[in-house]
Amino acid sequence: MLHRIIPILAAATLATTAQAGEVAPGDVKIVDGAIAASLTGEPGDAERGKAAFVGRKAGNCLACHVVTELLDEQQFHGEIGPPLDGVADIYSAAELRAQIVDSKVANPATIMPAFYRETGLNRVPDAFKGTILSAQQVEDIVAYLGTLKGE
Amino acid sequence: MGIPHLKKTVAAAALALACGGYAAAELRDDYVAVEPPNEDHPLTEIISGYEFRTDETRALQADDFENPGYLLLEEAMETWEEVDGAAGKSCASCHDDYEESMAGVGSTYPKVVDRDGEKVFTNIENQINHCRTEHMQADAWKYDKPDMLGMTILVRNVDRGEPVNVAIDGDAAPYFEKGEALYNQRVGQLDMACSNCHQDYYGMYIRADHLSQGQSNGFPTYRFKWSGVGSLHRRFSGCMKNIRAEPFSKGGEEFLALELYLGYRGQGLPVETPSVRN
Ligand code: HEC
Ligand code: HEC
Repeated sequence: MLHRIIPILAAATLATTAQAGEVAPGDVKIVDGAIAASLTGEPGDAERGKAAFVGRKAGNCLACHVVTELLDEQQFHGEIGPPLDGVADIYSAAELRAQIVDSKVANPATIMPAFYRETGLNRVPDAFKGTILSAQQVEDIVAYLGTLKGE
Repeated sequence: MGIPHLKKTVAAAALALACGGYAAAELRDDYVAVEPPNEDHPLTEIISGYEFRTDETRALQADDFENPGYLLLEEAMETWEEVDGAAGKSCASCHDDYEESMAGVGSTYPKVVDRDGEKVFTNIENQINHCRTEHMQADAWKYDKPDMLGMTILVRNVDRGEPVNVAIDGDAAPYFEKGEALYNQRVGQLDMACSNCHQDYYGMYIRADHLSQGQSNGFPTYRFKWSGVGSLHRRFSGCMKNIRAEPFSKGGEEFLALELYLGYRGQGLPVETPSVRN
Protein backbone atom coordinates (compact mmCIF):
# COMPACT_ATOMS: atom_id res chain seq x y z
CA MET A 1 0.00 0.00 0.00
CA LEU A 2 2.68 2.48 1.01
CA HIS A 3 4.24 2.82 -2.41
CA ARG A 4 0.83 3.65 -3.84
CA ILE A 5 0.20 6.38 -1.33
CA ILE A 6 3.54 8.13 -1.52
CA PRO A 7 3.36 9.32 -5.14
CA ILE A 8 -0.03 10.88 -4.46
CA LEU A 9 1.28 12.81 -1.46
CA ALA A 10 4.31 13.87 -3.43
CA ALA A 11 2.16 15.20 -6.24
CA ALA A 12 0.11 17.24 -3.78
CA THR A 13 3.17 18.99 -2.36
CA LEU A 14 4.67 19.76 -5.77
CA ALA A 15 2.28 22.63 -6.43
CA THR A 16 4.84 25.42 -6.20
CA THR A 17 7.84 23.43 -7.39
CA ALA A 18 9.03 23.61 -10.97
CA GLN A 19 7.14 21.49 -13.49
CA ALA A 20 8.76 19.58 -16.36
CA GLY A 21 10.21 21.92 -18.97
CA GLU A 22 10.43 24.80 -16.49
CA VAL A 23 13.54 26.39 -15.11
CA ALA A 24 13.69 25.44 -11.41
CA PRO A 25 14.18 28.37 -8.98
CA GLY A 26 17.71 27.23 -8.12
CA ASP A 27 18.71 27.11 -11.79
CA VAL A 28 17.66 30.64 -12.73
CA LYS A 29 20.57 32.83 -13.80
CA ILE A 30 20.28 36.59 -13.62
CA VAL A 31 22.87 38.11 -15.98
CA ASP A 32 23.32 41.89 -16.12
CA GLY A 33 19.97 42.41 -14.40
CA ALA A 34 18.07 40.25 -16.89
CA ILE A 35 16.77 36.75 -17.49
CA ALA A 36 16.69 36.33 -21.25
CA ALA A 37 14.57 33.19 -21.66
CA SER A 38 11.05 32.46 -20.48
CA LEU A 39 10.99 30.31 -17.31
CA THR A 40 8.41 28.04 -18.94
CA GLY A 41 9.85 28.10 -22.44
CA GLU A 42 6.63 29.78 -23.61
CA PRO A 43 5.40 33.38 -23.67
CA GLY A 44 3.03 34.25 -20.82
CA ASP A 45 -0.61 35.27 -21.04
CA ALA A 46 -1.28 38.94 -20.18
CA GLU A 47 -4.91 38.42 -19.18
CA ARG A 48 -4.02 35.69 -16.67
CA GLY A 49 -1.04 37.82 -15.66
CA LYS A 50 -3.29 40.68 -14.69
CA ALA A 51 -5.20 38.36 -12.34
CA ALA A 52 -1.97 37.09 -10.77
CA PHE A 53 -0.66 40.65 -10.49
CA VAL A 54 -3.76 41.82 -8.67
CA GLY A 55 -4.58 38.72 -6.59
CA ARG A 56 -3.89 39.16 -2.89
CA LYS A 57 -2.89 35.51 -2.56
CA ALA A 58 -0.74 35.67 -5.72
CA GLY A 59 1.53 38.61 -6.61
CA ASN A 60 -0.44 41.19 -4.63
CA CYS A 61 1.69 43.70 -6.51
CA LEU A 62 -0.80 46.49 -5.78
CA ALA A 63 0.21 46.23 -2.13
CA CYS A 64 3.19 48.36 -3.11
CA HIS A 65 2.65 49.69 -6.65
CA VAL A 66 0.10 51.97 -8.30
CA VAL A 67 -1.16 51.09 -11.77
CA THR A 68 -3.37 53.92 -12.98
CA GLU A 69 -5.38 51.83 -15.44
CA LEU A 70 -6.43 49.54 -12.56
CA LEU A 71 -7.57 52.32 -10.21
CA ASP A 72 -11.21 52.01 -11.26
CA GLU A 73 -11.51 48.28 -10.73
CA GLN A 74 -9.14 47.82 -7.77
CA GLN A 75 -9.22 49.84 -4.56
CA PHE A 76 -6.20 50.62 -2.42
CA HIS A 77 -2.98 50.74 -4.40
CA GLY A 78 0.09 50.96 -2.17
CA GLU A 79 2.80 53.59 -2.48
CA ILE A 80 5.89 51.68 -1.35
CA GLY A 81 7.39 51.04 -4.80
CA PRO A 82 7.36 53.17 -7.97
CA PRO A 83 4.13 53.36 -10.03
CA LEU A 84 4.28 50.81 -12.83
CA ASP A 85 2.57 52.92 -15.51
CA GLY A 86 4.62 52.76 -18.68
CA VAL A 87 7.05 50.28 -17.17
CA ALA A 88 7.31 48.39 -20.50
CA ASP A 89 8.75 51.52 -22.13
CA ILE A 90 11.63 51.49 -19.66
CA TYR A 91 12.42 47.80 -19.21
CA SER A 92 12.67 44.78 -21.47
CA ALA A 93 10.76 41.59 -20.69
CA ALA A 94 14.07 40.04 -19.63
CA GLU A 95 14.66 42.82 -17.09
CA LEU A 96 11.11 42.70 -15.76
CA ARG A 97 11.44 38.92 -15.34
CA ALA A 98 14.61 39.40 -13.27
CA GLN A 99 12.97 42.06 -11.09
CA ILE A 100 10.08 39.70 -10.28
CA VAL A 101 12.17 36.55 -9.85
CA ASP A 102 14.63 38.11 -7.41
CA SER A 103 14.84 41.89 -7.08
CA LYS A 104 17.43 41.48 -4.33
CA VAL A 105 20.09 40.57 -6.84
CA ALA A 106 19.97 44.17 -8.08
CA ASN A 107 19.10 45.75 -4.72
CA PRO A 108 19.83 43.63 -1.63
CA ALA A 109 18.09 46.14 0.67
CA THR A 110 14.77 46.15 -1.18
CA ILE A 111 11.48 45.37 0.56
CA MET A 112 10.15 43.76 -2.64
CA PRO A 113 9.90 39.99 -2.19
CA ALA A 114 11.72 37.59 -4.51
CA PHE A 115 8.78 35.87 -6.14
CA TYR A 116 10.64 32.93 -7.65
CA ARG A 117 13.22 31.94 -5.08
CA GLU A 118 12.92 29.31 -2.37
CA THR A 119 16.29 29.28 -0.63
CA GLY A 120 17.87 31.63 1.89
CA LEU A 121 14.59 32.21 3.73
CA ASN A 122 13.97 32.04 7.50
CA ARG A 123 11.06 30.66 9.49
CA VAL A 124 8.83 29.79 6.56
CA PRO A 125 5.90 27.59 7.71
CA ASP A 126 5.43 24.34 5.79
CA ALA A 127 2.28 25.69 4.19
CA PHE A 128 4.36 28.33 2.41
CA LYS A 129 7.42 26.31 1.45
CA GLY A 130 8.29 26.85 -2.21
CA THR A 131 8.15 29.97 -4.36
CA ILE A 132 5.50 32.69 -3.99
CA LEU A 133 4.61 32.51 -7.69
CA SER A 134 4.87 29.61 -10.11
CA ALA A 135 7.03 29.92 -13.23
CA GLN A 136 3.82 30.24 -15.23
CA GLN A 137 2.56 33.08 -13.04
CA VAL A 138 5.87 34.92 -13.39
CA GLU A 139 5.66 34.67 -17.18
CA ASP A 140 2.03 35.75 -17.17
CA ILE A 141 2.87 38.81 -15.06
CA VAL A 142 5.80 39.66 -17.35
CA ALA A 143 3.31 39.54 -20.24
CA TYR A 144 0.89 41.79 -18.34
CA LEU A 145 3.62 44.31 -17.51
CA GLY A 146 4.47 44.27 -21.21
CA THR A 147 1.08 45.86 -21.87
CA LEU A 148 1.84 48.81 -19.55
CA LYS A 149 3.03 51.32 -22.15
CA GLY A 150 2.76 55.11 -22.21
CA GLU A 151 1.18 57.09 -25.01
CA MET B 1 -4.58 57.94 34.83
CA GLY B 2 -7.34 58.08 37.39
CA ILE B 3 -10.28 55.78 37.86
CA PRO B 4 -12.21 55.21 34.65
CA HIS B 5 -15.98 55.44 34.64
CA LEU B 6 -17.74 53.26 32.19
CA LYS B 7 -20.77 52.97 30.05
CA LYS B 8 -21.75 49.60 28.67
CA THR B 9 -22.61 50.95 25.24
CA VAL B 10 -19.03 50.51 24.14
CA ALA B 11 -19.42 47.50 21.88
CA ALA B 12 -22.12 49.17 19.82
CA ALA B 13 -20.03 52.30 19.40
CA ALA B 14 -17.02 50.28 18.35
CA LEU B 15 -18.99 48.36 15.75
CA ALA B 16 -20.38 51.48 14.17
CA LEU B 17 -16.89 52.91 13.85
CA ALA B 18 -15.35 49.76 12.45
CA CYS B 19 -17.65 50.00 9.44
CA GLY B 20 -16.98 53.64 8.70
CA GLY B 21 -13.95 55.76 7.70
CA TYR B 22 -11.26 53.13 7.30
CA ALA B 23 -9.03 54.22 4.46
CA ALA B 24 -8.84 57.92 5.13
CA ALA B 25 -6.12 57.91 7.79
CA GLU B 26 -3.48 60.56 7.16
CA LEU B 27 -0.65 61.81 9.26
CA ARG B 28 -1.92 65.34 9.88
CA ASP B 29 0.31 68.40 9.62
CA ASP B 30 0.12 68.95 13.36
CA TYR B 31 1.05 65.42 14.44
CA VAL B 32 2.93 65.07 17.70
CA ALA B 33 6.48 63.71 17.60
CA VAL B 34 9.03 63.12 20.32
CA GLU B 35 12.72 63.91 20.02
CA PRO B 36 14.92 60.76 19.97
CA PRO B 37 17.04 60.33 23.11
CA ASN B 38 20.36 60.51 21.23
CA GLU B 39 21.94 60.68 17.78
CA ASP B 40 22.42 56.93 17.47
CA HIS B 41 18.70 56.29 17.80
CA PRO B 42 17.26 54.67 14.66
CA LEU B 43 14.48 57.26 14.25
CA THR B 44 14.76 60.98 13.54
CA GLU B 45 11.37 61.57 15.15
CA ILE B 46 9.37 59.21 17.34
CA ILE B 47 5.65 59.03 16.54
CA SER B 48 2.89 57.11 18.28
CA GLY B 49 0.66 54.81 16.23
CA TYR B 50 -2.16 57.06 17.45
CA GLU B 51 -1.09 59.75 14.98
CA PHE B 52 -1.55 57.44 12.00
CA ARG B 53 -5.15 56.56 12.74
CA THR B 54 -8.41 58.19 11.71
CA ASP B 55 -10.14 60.92 13.68
CA GLU B 56 -12.82 58.41 14.70
CA THR B 57 -10.31 55.90 16.04
CA ARG B 58 -8.42 58.60 17.90
CA ALA B 59 -11.63 59.94 19.40
CA LEU B 60 -12.61 56.52 20.70
CA GLN B 61 -9.22 56.08 22.35
CA ALA B 62 -9.35 59.50 23.94
CA ASP B 63 -12.77 58.87 25.53
CA ASP B 64 -12.38 56.81 28.73
CA PHE B 65 -16.13 56.20 28.75
CA GLU B 66 -16.21 54.71 25.26
CA ASN B 67 -12.76 53.13 24.94
CA PRO B 68 -13.47 49.37 25.06
CA GLY B 69 -10.14 48.62 26.77
CA TYR B 70 -11.56 50.11 29.95
CA LEU B 71 -14.07 47.29 30.29
CA LEU B 72 -11.21 44.88 30.95
CA LEU B 73 -9.51 47.39 33.20
CA GLU B 74 -12.65 47.69 35.31
CA GLU B 75 -12.77 43.91 35.75
CA ALA B 76 -9.10 43.86 36.68
CA MET B 77 -9.75 46.43 39.42
CA GLU B 78 -11.97 43.84 41.05
CA THR B 79 -9.59 40.95 40.40
CA TRP B 80 -6.84 42.95 42.10
CA GLU B 81 -8.65 42.50 45.41
CA GLU B 82 -9.72 38.88 44.92
CA VAL B 83 -7.95 36.08 46.77
CA ASP B 84 -6.90 33.28 44.45
CA GLY B 85 -4.61 30.26 44.90
CA ALA B 86 -3.37 28.10 47.77
CA ALA B 87 -1.47 30.91 49.50
CA GLY B 88 -4.75 32.71 50.14
CA LYS B 89 -3.54 35.97 48.68
CA SER B 90 -4.70 38.61 46.23
CA CYS B 91 -2.57 41.11 44.30
CA ALA B 92 -3.58 43.66 46.94
CA SER B 93 -2.23 41.47 49.75
CA CYS B 94 1.30 42.24 48.58
CA HIS B 95 0.90 45.44 46.54
CA ASP B 96 -1.92 47.28 48.34
CA ASP B 97 -3.00 50.32 46.33
CA TYR B 98 -1.96 49.84 42.70
CA GLU B 99 -2.00 53.56 41.95
CA GLU B 100 0.97 53.80 44.28
CA SER B 101 2.66 50.44 44.09
CA MET B 102 2.51 50.15 40.29
CA ALA B 103 3.64 53.70 39.52
CA GLY B 104 6.71 53.58 37.29
CA VAL B 105 6.16 49.98 36.20
CA GLY B 106 4.26 50.32 32.92
CA SER B 107 6.70 52.83 31.45
CA THR B 108 9.86 50.87 32.31
CA TYR B 109 9.05 47.24 31.49
CA PRO B 110 10.29 44.94 30.06
CA LYS B 111 13.30 44.96 32.36
CA VAL B 112 15.76 42.77 34.22
CA VAL B 113 14.54 42.24 37.79
CA ASP B 114 16.23 40.69 40.79
CA ARG B 115 14.40 37.64 42.13
CA ASP B 116 16.12 36.39 45.26
CA GLY B 117 19.52 37.11 43.79
CA GLU B 118 18.64 35.80 40.35
CA LYS B 119 18.47 38.20 37.43
CA VAL B 120 15.40 37.62 35.29
CA PHE B 121 14.35 39.50 32.16
CA THR B 122 10.58 39.91 32.21
CA ASN B 123 7.69 41.88 30.83
CA ILE B 124 4.52 42.73 32.74
CA GLU B 125 2.62 39.63 31.66
CA ASN B 126 5.37 37.24 32.73
CA GLN B 127 5.80 39.12 36.01
CA ILE B 128 2.08 38.81 36.72
CA ASN B 129 2.29 35.06 36.16
CA HIS B 130 5.36 34.82 38.37
CA CYS B 131 3.39 36.49 41.16
CA ARG B 132 0.45 34.19 40.57
CA THR B 133 2.36 30.92 40.54
CA GLU B 134 5.06 31.71 43.13
CA HIS B 135 3.50 34.17 45.56
CA MET B 136 -0.18 33.25 45.30
CA GLN B 137 0.23 29.59 44.34
CA ALA B 138 -2.49 30.14 41.77
CA ASP B 139 -2.65 28.94 38.17
CA ALA B 140 -0.82 30.94 35.55
CA TRP B 141 -3.03 33.01 33.27
CA LYS B 142 -2.88 32.37 29.55
CA TYR B 143 -1.42 35.05 27.32
CA ASP B 144 -4.12 37.09 25.60
CA LYS B 145 -6.97 35.84 27.75
CA PRO B 146 -9.15 38.54 29.39
CA ASP B 147 -7.72 38.11 32.93
CA MET B 148 -4.17 38.63 31.73
CA LEU B 149 -5.03 41.42 29.29
CA GLY B 150 -7.06 43.27 31.92
CA MET B 151 -4.39 43.09 34.60
CA THR B 152 -1.69 44.16 32.15
CA ILE B 153 -3.85 47.11 31.13
CA LEU B 154 -4.40 48.00 34.78
CA VAL B 155 -0.68 48.05 35.52
CA ARG B 156 0.28 49.94 32.35
CA ASN B 157 -2.60 52.39 32.75
CA VAL B 158 -1.24 53.62 36.08
CA ASP B 159 1.59 55.11 34.01
CA ARG B 160 -0.63 56.47 31.27
CA GLY B 161 0.87 59.73 30.04
CA GLU B 162 4.29 58.94 31.51
CA PRO B 163 7.15 58.75 29.00
CA VAL B 164 8.34 55.28 28.01
CA ASN B 165 11.73 54.82 29.66
CA VAL B 166 13.24 51.37 29.25
CA ALA B 167 16.81 50.54 30.30
CA ILE B 168 18.94 49.05 27.55
CA ASP B 169 22.34 49.05 29.24
CA GLY B 170 23.86 46.88 31.94
CA ASP B 171 22.00 43.60 32.46
CA ALA B 172 19.50 44.55 29.75
CA ALA B 173 22.14 45.02 27.04
CA PRO B 174 22.19 41.46 25.67
CA TYR B 175 18.39 41.39 25.42
CA PHE B 176 18.40 44.74 23.68
CA GLU B 177 20.95 43.54 21.14
CA LYS B 178 18.97 40.41 20.48
CA GLY B 179 15.81 42.45 19.98
CA GLU B 180 17.55 44.81 17.58
CA ALA B 181 18.87 41.87 15.56
CA LEU B 182 15.43 40.27 15.37
CA TYR B 183 13.89 43.55 14.29
CA ASN B 184 16.22 43.73 11.33
CA GLN B 185 16.14 40.03 10.46
CA ARG B 186 14.19 39.08 7.35
CA VAL B 187 11.72 36.25 7.89
CA GLY B 188 8.95 34.43 6.10
CA GLN B 189 8.23 33.56 2.50
CA LEU B 190 7.92 37.30 1.79
CA ASP B 191 11.38 37.73 3.32
CA MET B 192 10.78 40.99 5.17
CA ALA B 193 12.02 42.42 8.44
CA CYS B 194 10.06 44.60 10.86
CA SER B 195 12.38 47.41 9.78
CA ASN B 196 11.32 47.09 6.13
CA CYS B 197 7.82 48.25 6.98
CA HIS B 198 8.10 50.25 10.20
CA GLN B 199 11.49 51.91 9.70
CA ASP B 200 11.90 52.29 5.93
CA TYR B 201 8.30 53.02 4.91
CA TYR B 202 6.32 54.36 7.85
CA GLY B 203 3.88 57.04 6.74
CA MET B 204 3.24 55.21 3.45
CA TYR B 205 0.34 53.03 2.45
CA ILE B 206 0.89 49.33 1.92
CA ARG B 207 -2.29 48.46 0.07
CA ALA B 208 -5.04 49.80 2.41
CA ASP B 209 -2.84 50.00 5.51
CA HIS B 210 -1.20 53.19 6.66
CA LEU B 211 2.16 52.09 8.04
CA SER B 212 3.10 53.48 11.43
CA GLN B 213 6.42 53.12 13.23
CA GLY B 214 5.02 49.99 14.88
CA GLN B 215 5.34 51.49 18.36
CA SER B 216 4.38 49.60 21.52
CA ASN B 217 3.26 52.44 23.80
CA GLY B 218 -0.47 51.73 23.48
CA PHE B 219 -0.56 48.00 24.26
CA PRO B 220 -2.58 46.03 25.15
CA THR B 221 -4.81 47.64 22.53
CA TYR B 222 -8.41 47.36 21.40
CA ARG B 223 -8.50 46.56 17.67
CA PHE B 224 -11.55 46.71 15.42
CA LYS B 225 -10.05 43.90 13.38
CA TRP B 226 -9.88 41.67 16.46
CA SER B 227 -13.22 42.92 17.80
CA GLY B 228 -11.42 42.89 21.09
CA VAL B 229 -8.30 43.62 23.08
CA GLY B 230 -4.96 41.97 22.31
CA SER B 231 -1.41 41.93 23.57
CA LEU B 232 1.71 43.32 21.94
CA HIS B 233 2.90 39.77 21.30
CA ARG B 234 -0.34 39.02 19.48
CA ARG B 235 0.41 41.96 17.20
CA PHE B 236 3.96 40.67 16.59
CA SER B 237 2.48 37.31 15.76
CA GLY B 238 0.05 38.89 13.29
CA CYS B 239 2.76 40.88 11.52
CA MET B 240 4.85 37.72 11.18
CA LYS B 241 1.94 35.72 9.80
CA ASN B 242 1.26 38.48 7.28
CA ILE B 243 4.70 37.98 5.81
CA ARG B 244 4.15 34.22 5.92
CA ALA B 245 6.60 33.62 8.75
CA GLU B 246 6.30 31.17 11.63
CA PRO B 247 5.72 33.44 14.66
CA PHE B 248 7.77 33.09 17.83
CA SER B 249 5.84 32.12 20.94
CA LYS B 250 4.00 34.73 23.01
CA GLY B 251 5.87 35.48 26.21
CA GLY B 252 8.97 33.73 24.86
CA GLU B 253 12.50 35.09 24.77
CA GLU B 254 12.39 36.38 21.17
CA PHE B 255 9.24 38.45 21.60
CA LEU B 256 10.46 39.68 24.99
CA ALA B 257 13.66 40.91 23.35
CA LEU B 258 11.66 42.56 20.54
CA GLU B 259 9.45 44.18 23.17
CA LEU B 260 12.48 45.76 24.82
CA TYR B 261 13.83 46.97 21.49
CA LEU B 262 10.45 48.51 20.62
CA GLY B 263 10.42 50.22 24.02
CA TYR B 264 13.66 51.91 23.04
CA ARG B 265 12.38 52.81 19.57
CA GLY B 266 9.52 54.55 21.38
CA GLN B 267 11.60 56.02 24.22
CA GLY B 268 9.85 59.17 25.44
CA LEU B 269 6.43 58.45 23.92
CA PRO B 270 3.60 58.69 26.44
CA VAL B 271 2.15 55.36 27.58
CA GLU B 272 -1.31 55.21 25.96
CA THR B 273 -2.65 51.92 27.32
CA PRO B 274 -5.34 50.97 26.48
CA SER B 275 -5.11 52.37 22.95
CA VAL B 276 -7.58 51.87 20.10
CA ARG B 277 -6.45 50.77 16.63
CA ASN B 278 -8.14 49.63 13.43
C1 HEC C 1 6.42 44.99 -0.46
C2 HEC C 1 6.58 45.87 -1.56
C3 HEC C 1 6.57 45.38 -3.00
C4 HEC C 1 5.81 44.39 -3.60
C5 HEC C 1 4.79 43.47 -2.93
C6 HEC C 1 6.14 44.40 -4.98
N1 HEC C 1 7.08 45.37 -5.23
FE1 HEC C 1 7.88 45.84 -7.06
N2 HEC C 1 9.09 47.26 -6.18
C7 HEC C 1 9.09 47.58 -4.84
C8 HEC C 1 10.12 48.59 -4.61
C9 HEC C 1 10.45 49.24 -3.27
C10 HEC C 1 10.74 48.85 -5.86
C11 HEC C 1 11.90 49.83 -6.15
C12 HEC C 1 13.14 49.12 -6.67
C13 HEC C 1 13.62 48.03 -5.72
O1 HEC C 1 13.70 48.30 -4.52
O2 HEC C 1 13.91 46.92 -6.20
C14 HEC C 1 10.07 47.99 -6.82
C15 HEC C 1 10.35 47.96 -8.18
C16 HEC C 1 9.65 47.25 -9.13
C17 HEC C 1 9.84 47.36 -10.56
C18 HEC C 1 10.81 48.33 -11.24
C19 HEC C 1 10.03 49.61 -11.43
C20 HEC C 1 10.87 50.81 -11.81
O3 HEC C 1 10.25 51.78 -12.32
O4 HEC C 1 12.08 50.82 -11.61
C21 HEC C 1 8.97 46.50 -11.14
C22 HEC C 1 8.79 46.25 -12.62
C23 HEC C 1 8.23 45.85 -10.09
N3 HEC C 1 8.65 46.33 -8.87
C24 HEC C 1 7.22 44.92 -10.29
C25 HEC C 1 6.53 44.25 -9.27
C26 HEC C 1 5.61 43.18 -9.49
C27 HEC C 1 5.21 42.65 -10.85
C28 HEC C 1 5.18 42.76 -8.28
C29 HEC C 1 4.29 41.60 -7.91
C30 HEC C 1 4.52 40.33 -8.54
C31 HEC C 1 5.81 43.62 -7.29
N4 HEC C 1 6.63 44.51 -7.94
C32 HEC C 1 5.59 43.54 -5.93
C33 HEC C 1 8.25 47.07 -3.87
C34 HEC C 1 7.37 46.00 -4.05
C1 HEC D 1 4.59 43.85 5.50
C2 HEC D 1 4.67 44.95 6.40
C3 HEC D 1 4.93 44.70 7.87
C4 HEC D 1 5.94 44.02 8.47
C5 HEC D 1 7.10 43.29 7.82
C6 HEC D 1 5.74 44.14 9.90
N1 HEC D 1 4.62 44.86 10.16
FE1 HEC D 1 3.99 45.53 11.98
N2 HEC D 1 2.37 46.41 11.10
C7 HEC D 1 2.10 46.42 9.75
C8 HEC D 1 0.85 47.09 9.51
C9 HEC D 1 0.20 47.33 8.15
C10 HEC D 1 0.38 47.48 10.78
C11 HEC D 1 -0.92 48.25 11.09
C12 HEC D 1 -0.71 49.70 10.80
C13 HEC D 1 0.42 50.27 11.60
O1 HEC D 1 0.26 50.62 12.78
O2 HEC D 1 1.54 50.32 11.04
C14 HEC D 1 1.37 47.06 11.76
C15 HEC D 1 1.28 47.30 13.13
C16 HEC D 1 2.27 46.99 14.05
C17 HEC D 1 2.23 47.36 15.44
C18 HEC D 1 1.11 48.13 16.14
C19 HEC D 1 1.40 49.60 16.20
C20 HEC D 1 0.30 50.36 16.90
O3 HEC D 1 0.48 51.56 17.12
O4 HEC D 1 -0.74 49.80 17.23
C21 HEC D 1 3.37 46.87 16.01
C22 HEC D 1 3.77 46.99 17.47
C23 HEC D 1 4.11 46.20 14.97
N3 HEC D 1 3.42 46.30 13.79
C24 HEC D 1 5.32 45.56 15.14
C25 HEC D 1 5.97 44.80 14.15
C26 HEC D 1 7.12 43.96 14.40
C27 HEC D 1 7.82 43.81 15.74
C28 HEC D 1 7.44 43.36 13.21
C29 HEC D 1 8.44 42.29 12.93
C30 HEC D 1 8.32 41.07 13.66
C31 HEC D 1 6.51 43.87 12.23
N4 HEC D 1 5.62 44.72 12.85
C32 HEC D 1 6.55 43.57 10.87
C33 HEC D 1 2.91 45.91 8.74
C34 HEC D 1 4.08 45.20 8.95
